[in-house]
Amino acid sequence: MYETNFHKVATAQEAAALLNTSEDGKILAGGQTLIPTMKQRLANPTDVIDLSGAADLSGITIAGDQITIGAMTPHAEVAGHAGLAALCPSICKLAANIGDPAVRHRGTIGGSLANNDPAADYPAAALALNARIHTTSREIAADDFFEGMFTTALEEDEIITAVSFTAPAKGGYGKFPNPASRYAMAGVFVAKSAEGSVRVAVTGASEDGVYRHDALEAALSTDWSASAVDGVEISSDGLLSDLHGNAEYRANLIKVMAKRALG
Amino acid sequence: MKITMTVNGKSVSRDVAGNTLLVDYIRDHLRLTGTHVGCDTSQCGACVVHLDGKAMKSCTMLAASAEGASVTTVEGLATSKDDLHPMQIAFKENHGLQCGFCTPGMIMTATDMVARYQAAGKTLTEDDIRHELEGNICRCTGYHNIVKSISDGASKMTSA
Amino acid sequence: MSEGIGARVLRKEDKRFITGKGRYTDDIIEANQAYAAFVRSPHAHARIVSLDTSAALAMEGVETVLTGPELVADGIGNIICGWGITSKDGTPMNMGAWSALATEKVRYVGDAVAIVVADSKSQAQLAAEAVVVTYEELPVVVGSVEALAPNAPKIHDNAPGNVIFDWEIGDLAPTDAALASAAHVTEMEITNNRLAPNPMEPRSAIATFNEAEDHYTLYTTSQNPHVARLVLSAFYNVAPEHKLRVIAPDVGGGFGSKIYIYPEEIACLWASMKSGRSVKWTSDRTEAFLTDAQGRDHVTTAKIGFDNEGKIVGLKVNTKANLGAYMSLFSSAVPTYLYATLLSGQYDIANIYCDVQAVYTNTVPVDAYRGAGRPEACYVVERIMETAAREMGMDPAELRAKNFVRSFPHQTPVIMAYDSGDFDANLKQAQAAADVSGFAARKAEAASRGKLRGMGYSNYIEACGIAPSAAVGSLGAGVGLWESAEVRVNPVGTIEILTGSHSHGQGHETTFAQIVAERFDLPTENIQIVHGDTDKVQFGMGTYGSRSGAVGMSAIVKAMDKVEAKVKKIAAHVLEAGEDDIVIEGGAVKVAGTDKQMLWHEVGLAAYTAHNIPEGMEPGLKESAFYDPTNFTFPAGCYICEVEVDPETGVTEVVQFVASDDFGTIINPMIVEGQVHGGIAQGIGQAMLENVVYDAAGQQLSASYMDYAMPRADDLPNYSVHHASTTCPGNPLGMKGCGEAGAIGSPPAVINAITDAIGNNNLSMPATPSAVWAALQDVSQKLAAE
Repeated sequence: MYETNFHKVATAQEAAALLNTSEDGKILAGGQTLIPTMKQRLANPTDVIDLSGAADLSGITIAGDQITIGAMTPHAEVAGHAGLAALCPSICKLAANIGDPAVRHRGTIGGSLANNDPAADYPAAALALNARIHTTSREIAADDFFEGMFTTALEEDEIITAVSFTAPAKGGYGKFPNPASRYAMAGVFVAKSAEGSVRVAVTGASEDGVYRHDALEAALSTDWSASAVDGVEISSDGLLSDLHGNAEYRANLIKVMAKRALG
Repeated sequence: MKITMTVNGKSVSRDVAGNTLLVDYIRDHLRLTGTHVGCDTSQCGACVVHLDGKAMKSCTMLAASAEGASVTTVEGLATSKDDLHPMQIAFKENHGLQCGFCTPGMIMTATDMVARYQAAGKTLTEDDIRHELEGNICRCTGYHNIVKSISDGASKMTSA
Repeated sequence: MSEGIGARVLRKEDKRFITGKGRYTDDIIEANQAYAAFVRSPHAHARIVSLDTSAALAMEGVETVLTGPELVADGIGNIICGWGITSKDGTPMNMGAWSALATEKVRYVGDAVAIVVADSKSQAQLAAEAVVVTYEELPVVVGSVEALAPNAPKIHDNAPGNVIFDWEIGDLAPTDAALASAAHVTEMEITNNRLAPNPMEPRSAIATFNEAEDHYTLYTTSQNPHVARLVLSAFYNVAPEHKLRVIAPDVGGGFGSKIYIYPEEIACLWASMKSGRSVKWTSDRTEAFLTDAQGRDHVTTAKIGFDNEGKIVGLKVNTKANLGAYMSLFSSAVPTYLYATLLSGQYDIANIYCDVQAVYTNTVPVDAYRGAGRPEACYVVERIMETAAREMGMDPAELRAKNFVRSFPHQTPVIMAYDSGDFDANLKQAQAAADVSGFAARKAEAASRGKLRGMGYSNYIEACGIAPSAAVGSLGAGVGLWESAEVRVNPVGTIEILTGSHSHGQGHETTFAQIVAERFDLPTENIQIVHGDTDKVQFGMGTYGSRSGAVGMSAIVKAMDKVEAKVKKIAAHVLEAGEDDIVIEGGAVKVAGTDKQMLWHEVGLAAYTAHNIPEGMEPGLKESAFYDPTNFTFPAGCYICEVEVDPETGVTEVVQFVASDDFGTIINPMIVEGQVHGGIAQGIGQAMLENVVYDAAGQQLSASYMDYAMPRADDLPNYSVHHASTTCPGNPLGMKGCGEAGAIGSPPAVINAITDAIGNNNLSMPATPSAVWAALQDVSQKLAAE
C-alpha cells in the first residue's frame, strides 16, 4: 500500500471540506472495497478520510412508511433491524447476504452505493425501491445516481449521508452469487409500490452496472407472478461474459432470480 | 501518527504510518502473530479479530481507524494460559484444525457467531454455521470437523 | 493402552495453534532484517531488452537490487528437475534452463527478473516498481495441444516443438489388437483441469548469512528441509551443505506446493550474502497464484475395450501434459510414473498402453499437487468405466466388480505390483453406507421438488509410500526415497524422536508419539517429536506422496527395534535374567513371570551412567535407522457421491458423500478421517469449483480468490467415512497411507453423479453452475430435435 495521510472526521461536512482541499482524497466508509483496492496498489489516494467517527451518519429511522438509512450504517445493522424487517424485509435479506459476517460488521450502505460496483447488491435495492440518495449538498434520485459501473452522479467533494425510500407494498431480492467472489453474478430486486407501480433492478449481470429491466417491469406490472416472468424474453445483449458464465447464462439467471425474488 | 487502543485488555500506544493495516499493526508492531494473513482480497478470514466485540477482518482496516477501540485477538481469548476458551477446547476435541493457519480466524469468527446467535436467542444449526463461515477459508479439514467444533463450542459456551 | 495404535488421541500440537502461538516463518523476525520484493514479468513470453535498476537503488531504505546476470556471474546454478525421463526414441528429456532470476527471456507472467532488498516491505515494493525493464514481447502459447501445433511459439531453444519428452509405457501392438477384437469399445476425451494448490499459509523465507561464521540459515515454508538444503548446495551453489541450516518451522499446509525449491528462496539466500542483511520475503496470495507450482492440466484421449461378458480386454491412453514454462523439481515424474502406472485401476487388465507428451507452455510451472498423477489416472479410469457401463446398459458397480483384481500380489502391465486389497469389501461397505438400494426413491422425491438427483461411483487405487529407492532410481529419480529416524531415550526415560518427515498439518507430533507409546507402553506426553531442522535432525526425505506413515514411521519402528534390543540387554544384565525373558510393559522392564523389574527410566539412567551395563556395550540409549520401502503401498477404496442439480441454475449440491477406504493399519482414526475429509474437499473443489484459467496472452484470469473458487463450508457436505482394511505386507506396521486418497478418488465420483443427474455425459471439470446449465441446455435441445 502506498503512503497516505489519514484523517478521522466527526462530520460529513468536515470530510467534504477535507476532500476539497486534499490533492486526491478518498472517503473511507467501511473500507471493504477501498482498502483491498489500495492493498493491490490500484488506488493511491493522497488522503484517506475516515468517516467511522461520524456518529450522526449511522442508524436507521422509520417514520410511517418512510425509511431512512444513514450512510455509515453497517450491513449487519440493516440485516438485523426489527423495525426495518417489519416494513421492508427484502432489504434486510439483501444485507444479510452481502459478503460475510466480518464484512457485514464493517461495510456500509453509503460506501456500497458510492462505489457502485457492478456486482454489488445495494445498488439494485436503491434503484428498485426508487430511493433518494442524500448527500452533503443535495438529494439525488436513484434513477439519476447510477451512471455505469463504478460511476455515480456524486461530485468530487460530495459525500452520501443517507438513503431514504418508501416501504414497498411488495418486494424481494434474488441473488445468484459468483462461486468464487460471492458477489452477485445476477441479482434482481423487484418492488411494487403501494400505488401499484413496479420497478425491477438488475445488478451483477450487465457490462454497464446496475440497470432497470423494462420488460420485467412491464410484465410484473400486469401480473405480479412467476409465470409473468416466464413469459419475458430476457436478452443477453450487453450482459457480461467471463470465466464464471457467459451472457446467455446470465440472461437465464436474471429470469430465475426475478422469479425467486417474488418469493 | 500516534494511535492508542486497547488490545486484549491492555492499553497500547504506538507510532504508525497512516497506511498501516490493523493486521500489520497487530503482527509487526505488537508482535501478536496469531492473527494471520492468507489472502489479499478480504476473503480467507485468517485475520479475523474482534473490534469492540464484533468480528472484523483486520487486513481490511487501517490501524488508525481502530483508534480508541477495543481489539481482541486469538491470544486474548483464553482467560489464562491454562484456562482455554470453550471454543478453543472444542476445536481441539473435535479435530477442527490441521495445519493451524486458518484456525485463529476460524475461532474468532466462531465465537462471534455463537455470541450473536445466543444474544438473539436463535439456535445455531449446521446450515447456519456453514453459511456463517462464508468468510473463512480452510484448505485442510474440508470443514466437516470445523462445523462440528463450532457446534460443540456453542454448547460449551452456553453451559460455561 | 489408550494412547497406542488405533486410539483417537487428541493432537499434542493443537494448543499452540488454537492459542495463536504457532510459529510460522512469517512470524519470525531476525535481527537486522530487511525485506525482499521481486520484480516480475508482466508478460507471458518476452525478451528482456534492458534492465535499469539505478532509480530503485537510489530510493530511500533500499539496500540492494540484484538481477539475473549478476546471479549467473556469481555461479548460482539453474533450477533443476530431479527426475530424468527418457523418450520413446531413447533420448533424454529436454530440460530448458531456469535461472532463479531471468537473464535473457521471461517465460510466464510472474517470472522473476530482479530482487529488491530494503529496510521495509513498502520500501522494497516501491523500489521494485521503480526498476525499469524493457521487454520485447514474443508470441504466447498457454495450452498443451496448442503448444504442440506445428507453428507454435518456441519457449526453450533446446525443446523443439515445445516437447519435453514423448514417453510411453505398456505394449502398443497387443493393446491395439485387443481393442480391435473387443465387443464394445468406449472412447473419450478427458481433460483434467489445472489447479492452484493454495495452502492457506503463503510461501515465505528468511535468509541470513553470517559472514563471521561463513554460515547461512534459511527459515522456509518447506515440506522437506533436507532436500531443500541438498539442492540449494549441490545444484544451486548457494552455500555448501555443511554451511547451510534449513529450518521449516510450523508450516501452514503444503499439498505438494512446498516440496519444491523456488527462485525466491535461492534469491533471498544469495541476496543475504550480497547485502549482509537477513532477507525476508513473504508471498501474498496473488504472488502465490503467479509462482506456486500448479497441478494437473492433462488433455487425454482414452479407449477401453470389453469382451461380450463385460471383461476389459484393453486400455489405450494418450495424454498431453502441460508442465508450464519450466520443469519444476518432480514435474516429470507426475504425468509418467505417478500417472500411467495407475491406469489399471482396481481392474485386471491384460493390455494397457499409454503415451504421454509433456510440453512447455507460457504458464506457471506444473508439479505434484495432492495426488500428483494418480488423480489424473483415477479420473481417466473411473470416468471411462462409468461411461462404458452406461453405453453397455450395465450397472456401473457390477461392471467394476466384474473386473476387480481379486488375487494378490497382482502384477499390472504398467509396472505396479498390487500387494493387497479387498475391493469387493470396500464396494459393499460403501454401497451399504450410501443406501444405494434407496437411491431410486430418493431420486423420485428430489424430482418432486424439481431437482435432478444423480449418483456416481469411483473405485480408486493409488500408489503411495513413495518408494523403493532402487526402483525409483531405475526409473530416473535423482534421489532415494527412504526415510530416517533417530530414537533418543534420555537418562530420565523421556524420549525424543527425530524424524526426516515433516508435519504441516498431518499431526505427526501425535501419531508418531503413538507408535512409540504403543511400543514402550509409555504415555505420549513423555515423547517429543523433533522435525524440520537440518541442524537437529539427520538427513531425511520429507513429507509428500502419503509417505510419512508407511515410510517415516517404519524408520521409527526400525530404530525402536534397536532401542528395544539394547533395553532388554541392559535389563537382562542388571536383573540377571535371559534377554528373551524380558518384557516391556506398564512403564517398566520386567522379567516375565517374576516380580523382578526395572522402571523404564531406570534403564535409561543405567544406560547413561554406564555403571552396570554388559561388558563391551557402548553407553547411552540412542539408535537411528534408515528405512527403504520394499514396494509402493496401494491404498484403495470406493467413493459414492450423490448430488442434486437445480435445473434452472445448474447449481449442484453434493447431498451425500460416502467413502470406504483401505488404508491398512490406522494409527489414529481421528487424524485419518481428517485427512480423508480434506482430500475429498479438494477433490470436490477440483470437480465443481476450482480452475486456473489463462487468457490467450498468458495472463491468469483466476489469480485471486475473487475468481479462483476455493471450496467454502457451504459448498461442501458432511462426509460419511468408513474403513475396510487389509494389512499392507510391505512395512512393519502394515500401513498404506491416507493423505492423498480423498483427492484422488473423489473427482470422478462427483462428475459421474452429476452426469447421471443431468443425462449428459459431456461435462468437464469444473462442473460449475454455468457448465452444468449449458450441459442441460444441450440435453433439452437434443430432446427438442428428436
